[in-house]
Amino acid sequence: MATDSRQSPENRRGARQGRSPSASPVRRYLDYQRRVAVDAARRLWRTPVATAMTWTVMGIALALPVALLLLLGSVQGVSAGWEDSARITAYLEMHVPVEQAQSLADDIEADGRVTSVVVINREQALADFRESSGLQDVLGFLEDNPLPHTFLITPEEGARSAEGVASLVTFVEGMEDIERVQVDLGWLQRLNAITDILTRSAWALAVLLAAAVVLVIGNTVRLAIENRRDEILVAKLVGGTDAFVRRPFLYTGTWFGLGGGLVAWLLIQLTFWWISGPIERLAGLYNSEFSLNGPGVEGALVLIVVAMVLGWLGAWLAVKRHMDDIESGDIAGG
Amino acid sequence: MIEFRQVTKRYDSDHTALRQVSFQLERGELAFLTGHSGAGKSTLLKLLMVMERPTAGDVVVGGQHLNRLPKRQIPYIRRHIGVVFQNHQLLFDRTVFDNVAMPLEVMGVSPTDIGRRVRAALDKVGLLKKEKMNPMQLSGGEQQRVGIARAVVNKPPVLLADEPTGNLDPDLSADIMHLFTQFSQVGVTVLIASHDVALINAMDRRQLTLEQGRLIAGGHSGH
Repeated sequence: MATDSRQSPENRRGARQGRSPSASPVRRYLDYQRRVAVDAARRLWRTPVATAMTWTVMGIALALPVALLLLLGSVQGVSAGWEDSARITAYLEMHVPVEQAQSLADDIEADGRVTSVVVINREQALADFRESSGLQDVLGFLEDNPLPHTFLITPEEGARSAEGVASLVTFVEGMEDIERVQVDLGWLQRLNAITDILTRSAWALAVLLAAAVVLVIGNTVRLAIENRRDEILVAKLVGGTDAFVRRPFLYTGTWFGLGGGLVAWLLIQLTFWWISGPIERLAGLYNSEFSLNGPGVEGALVLIVVAMVLGWLGAWLAVKRHMDDIESGDIAGG
Repeated sequence: MIEFRQVTKRYDSDHTALRQVSFQLERGELAFLTGHSGAGKSTLLKLLMVMERPTAGDVVVGGQHLNRLPKRQIPYIRRHIGVVFQNHQLLFDRTVFDNVAMPLEVMGVSPTDIGRRVRAALDKVGLLKKEKMNPMQLSGGEQQRVGIARAVVNKPPVLLADEPTGNLDPDLSADIMHLFTQFSQVGVTVLIASHDVALINAMDRRQLTLEQGRLIAGGHSGH
């Protein structure tokens, strides 16, 4: 790895002061690793178009599932926020006068599981409805106000779980003069179910595309092995170990991974930047705090490291599969 | 240094390349391996390079029983055996220097040591001035000498050559043989497979003669 050369200064000095330039075997080994890594990078550099294409293929394959997962993560963050502000709506019976409603509200508010109860007067409700629905004329035909008094009950934080809310609903339903209790968590549960399905699909997609990345790198490295067949033969003949012969290709795969990871990160950043405007507008229309969360520094690092591991793995498979085919048996003719 | 004990190599039921071959080469000995093509010369060399394993018998190099060698040990044995090929097996995507450096590269020798030893080997074969050239630019004789430099750059105790003068004219062949003689004088065991009868007779060295897989002459020391 490139970092191998950046070892501690003591080590470096030690090697210089040694009697022979090759005093420290550890340093020699690291130097050698660095040379192989740099050489592998140079080889990629020499075929810039092919390399860029491999990087792009890998970048797209990685960016797709990662962007999806990030998007779904953001959606889940939002629904979690809404779940927290779950409210119970209780409709009173029509005949209940406003004073009685107020005392009932005080009773409910006294319950430990309730933070606050807002009473919406039926007159007020009608006025609001008239204003917001644009149905003034139609409503004018009504003799009576069809709306009951309404309570908006906000549960205590501890009671905001599904069971907590359910028990609170039973409690309120059991009270006198309450006509109907509604908790509109259904759509939220549906949203959660959908994001769960999508998240799992995204993971399945991620696994499939990761496998595709491994295969693409494997195939690319296989071609590299074919191109250097003679060199591998000679290296084996003069006593190169399997590890020696494999190493350059493993570095090649790792570099492919690094480039692919960077391309994927770039694509994700670009896409998120591209769609963040419309998403903010949409969120604004819903009065939501929703915002897209990018991968961040940590996420970007994980993405790149995973990409490098996948590249290495692809190279390893190719090497494992094809290197043994190249045996020196056919070299000595006659 | 090299010892064959009753070595038989059978490829399949109807093709036996070597039959009960026994001989011994001492340190610093130079010998020729002769015989018609198909007599088993290549097979014998492949057994020494551990490209093949004997069907029966023992191949011993430097005290190591090659047929008992685990696969992952093979590279380390090959570092003790320099090989010169008829078609030299040079890589044309790199310089003469880098070709000769390969055996040292695989051993993880430091770049400074590699420089020193590669130049010493090239000097030995008289190609020091051509280290930066591509082997493609060299003549056949020069290419063969690069191959020899590569075979001896890590000072192996054993040097094998498969038809090293196959494509060369007599003067160049004599040069190459002279090089081999020099190596044997410093203690390298040299075995040269060749069917260049004139050259072999001129050298007047021990000859191991194979015929249809049997060693028919030279099996015992002295000639």
